Amino acid sequence: MVEQVKIMRSQLGRARGLGAARAGTEHWIAERVSAVALVPLSVWFIVSLLSLLGAEQRDVAAWVRHPFNAAMLLALILATFHHAQLGMQVVFEDYVHGPQRRTAIVLAVKGAALLLGLLAALAVAKLYLSPDFVAAPGTPTAPSP
Amino acid sequence: MTDLRDALHVAKTTDGRLVRRPLSPHIGIYRWPVTMLSSILNRATGIALTAGTLLLVWWLVAAAAGPAAFAGVQAFLMSPLGLLVLFGWTASLFFHFLSGLRHLAWDLGYGFAKPSLNPVTWAVLGGTALGTVVVWATAYSKLGG
Repeated sequence: MVEQVKIMRSQLGRARGLGAARAGTEHWIAERVSAVALVPLSVWFIVSLLSLLGAEQRDVAAWVRHPFNAAMLLALILATFHHAQLGMQVVFEDYVHGPQRRTAIVLAVKGAALLLGLLAALAVAKLYLSPDFVAAPGTPTAPSP
Repeated sequence: MTDLRDALHVAKTTDGRLVRRPLSPHIGIYRWPVTMLSSILNRATGIALTAGTLLLVWWLVAAAAGPAAFAGVQAFLMSPLGLLVLFGWTASLFFHFLSGLRHLAWDLGYGFAKPSLNPVTWAVLGGTALGTVVVWATAYSKLGG
């Protein structure tokens, strides 16, 4: 068998760098870690949305002003966009061929996720810091439910 | 051999005869196992939920912008198209959530044996239907009932 080998490079040298992705363990773990974080966060978000059904803007603002809700929202935004861009990266890596095109699209996805996440976080920050609704003197306050 | 591709499918048996390698049949002739459906749905719902983050960002940014902008989001969400999008988002979230729990269990080494694969996957589909119905029944009884 050995005398048939005509290529002088070692088997390892020929194989090195030819793997599918050249990386992946960190991506795989980050996807799972963000998924675990999203388990309680999504449950909390669905329950919160049900409690906010039919809410007006000031109800939502009052809800976000609660520190726990603001913190949970920021955590939800962080975990959601982190998880989403990791997942979409795999989708595009699977279906887009050609390293240049693939890299361009994956970078665009990551950039869009970052911008949307920052936008959402800024909205939460603005609502959190917004002044509490103060009724003018003499205005009847809404009856508490 | 009529096609160049055939050359790649030729092999020698142990007694030296040339034979054609067996080919997998095209996916179109398989009876879909439920695990195949759930695998594809996991990716599809992940993509749908990524698109759905636009709704989350819009909702938060509008709430931060003020009552008029927020009323615009609420008007869209309560329109027939908005309700359809929200329903799809709820179902996608429940599926991706439960399917994700299934994946995390697999990653930990649980439930990957053949006998448990199909029942667990059916449970994911059943849980998706149940969760979606419970959330929408709650919403309906809160708003309409």
